[in-house]
Amino acid sequence: MNSHASALIELEGVTRIYGKGQAAMTALGGIDLRIESGEFVAVMGPSGSGKSTCMNILGCLDTPTAGSYRFEGVEVGRLTQSQRALLRRNYLGFVFQGYNLLNRTTALENVELPLIYRGMAKTERRSRAARALEMVGLSGWETHTPGELSGGQQQRVAIARAIVTEPMLLLADEPTGNLDSVRSREIMELLADFNSEQGITIVMVTHEPDMAGYAQRQIHFLDGLVERDHLNREFT
Amino acid sequence: MVWNALLLALREIRRSLMRSFLTILGIVIGVAAVIVMVTIGKGATAQVTEQIASLGSNLLIITPGQRMGMGQRSAAPAFDEDDVASLRREISAIAAIAPNSSASSTAVYGNENWSTSINGTDNGFFTVGNWQLASGRRFADNELRAGKAVCILGETVRRELFGGQNPVGESIRLDKLACEVIGVLAEKGQSARGSDQDDTILMPLRTFQRRIAGNQEIRVIRVSIRDGASTQKAEQDITRLLRERRHISRNEDDDFSVMDLKEIEKMLSGTTEVLTMLLGAVAAVSLLVGGIGIMNIMLVSVTERTREIGIRLAIGAQGRDVLLQFLVEAIVLSSLGGIIGILLALGASVLLADLMKVPLVFSPGIFAVAFLFSMAVGVIFGYFPARKAARMDPIIALRHE
Repeated sequence: MNSHASALIELEGVTRIYGKGQAAMTALGGIDLRIESGEFVAVMGPSGSGKSTCMNILGCLDTPTAGSYRFEGVEVGRLTQSQRALLRRNYLGFVFQGYNLLNRTTALENVELPLIYRGMAKTERRSRAARALEMVGLSGWETHTPGELSGGQQQRVAIARAIVTEPMLLLADEPTGNLDSVRSREIMELLADFNSEQGITIVMVTHEPDMAGYAQRQIHFLDGLVERDHLNREFT
Repeated sequence: MVWNALLLALREIRRSLMRSFLTILGIVIGVAAVIVMVTIGKGATAQVTEQIASLGSNLLIITPGQRMGMGQRSAAPAFDEDDVASLRREISAIAAIAPNSSASSTAVYGNENWSTSINGTDNGFFTVGNWQLASGRRFADNELRAGKAVCILGETVRRELFGGQNPVGESIRLDKLACEVIGVLAEKGQSARGSDQDDTILMPLRTFQRRIAGNQEIRVIRVSIRDGASTQKAEQDITRLLRERRHISRNEDDDFSVMDLKEIEKMLSGTTEVLTMLLGAVAAVSLLVGGIGIMNIMLVSVTERTREIGIRLAIGAQGRDVLLQFLVEAIVLSSLGGIIGILLALGASVLLADLMKVPLVFSPGIFAVAFLFSMAVGVIFGYFPARKAARMDPIIALRHE
């Protein structure tokens, strides 16, 4: 395994144990993983295999019990909670299965939210949010609230919110889990475009081999360990 | 950062107007209650002071017996005309003196009758009590000396018996006594204790003693002190003279009392001030209850918005951003309640002052205090729910349904 410094994500012996003593439950049993900048990775595996735990750690929402996670060379486990929040604010974007938009809040305001936390001035914030909505094909829907949008549209708003900050890493947790196959393909093409055109690194959890097919690389989890890690044939 | 928090807080308030309004209702009522209570209380104090001033300055009231608290008096012989004459003669500080005895009786004129109080006195009554005549004349000396059946009506009695008519020269009946009306007093309105000062009939003291009371008693002597003379000194001189005349030995207590009107004034305005403070304090408790209401709703709101908090934390909000957001939201809400409360209090004070016929005395201090207090309520009662929100684990919060 080569170890030059360009890797965006480096996991070494990452372990995550929930609970203590008799009740302790090992979710991740020592994982080594490198993801280079610009990759599009699909993470697969049955439920309970540790892939969600791994995503939480990659997203700096959780820290390893043991082992090392370096993001851009920074040891995340040594950061405080609010330093990790800053890391998420400046370098990460999240897309969830359930969209997780703010209710009773317009699409534009939802997309603006991460920019507000960056302290961006109102006019720039507005125009960047509008441009992000345009990139996901939702021009003209700015003033609609999530309740007035279809599932596919809501997920597009969520993607716009994730990419509006131009993150280095986009983490997507079953982004097509609630969508039909047509909408799913549209969302996947959108993600693939952001990956290839803007060079945003994407790590995506999915159950569906079809969706995983959009990624260049597939990592299969089983019982808290990486079972298989291979490139998709069409990308080799 | 504070500006961002303000923006987010305002968005949240706008999003749920009805709930926000209900949340701040307690604060609105609390602030309004405090301000209205204090404003009306101050008005009442001002009114009492003003009314006592209208009674005439430097007034001493001499009554037989000593006050024993709770409105009771010790029994003691009344004064007589010699006491009055001797006071007038020997105390140089006295400007005017008015003996007085009174009883209630029904006055009848034609088909009209009116129950009122009849005061036997002399012309000193006008000077001491600061009374003017609206029409007619004062008592003539021979009327006073001979105890003639003449009387002067207060405005209320005149209105009730005569309506629009001029009563001077007419005759009214008091029990069996027919009495000629020689004058009408100028209207004075309510006294500090709320009784109608114009509800009275004056007649010469002797007439009263012989024809109504059937005795030689004088129940009250009112004395006004010359400008520049010491009220305290006059009080001492009067006490010494009356002790002598009533043969009170050195080791006995006075069996009469000399009261300075200024003292009564102080007592009365002191009472209304204490009452104002008390009412204000009760109203302040309602502000506190309003604050607890805000905390309650904020706690519910934090729980309800757990998922939202998770989203915010995931996309890069720090704990302190969330803390600030909820804290600012609470402060904005409570300040808004304060402002609405002040507006409400302005309206209610004007209305109530008019209804209770109390002068409107606004003190800017109480507005500032009430507003700052409402903001403080937001800080204090908003902090706990805000901290709860800030300390959430984003992973658990995101999973919350």
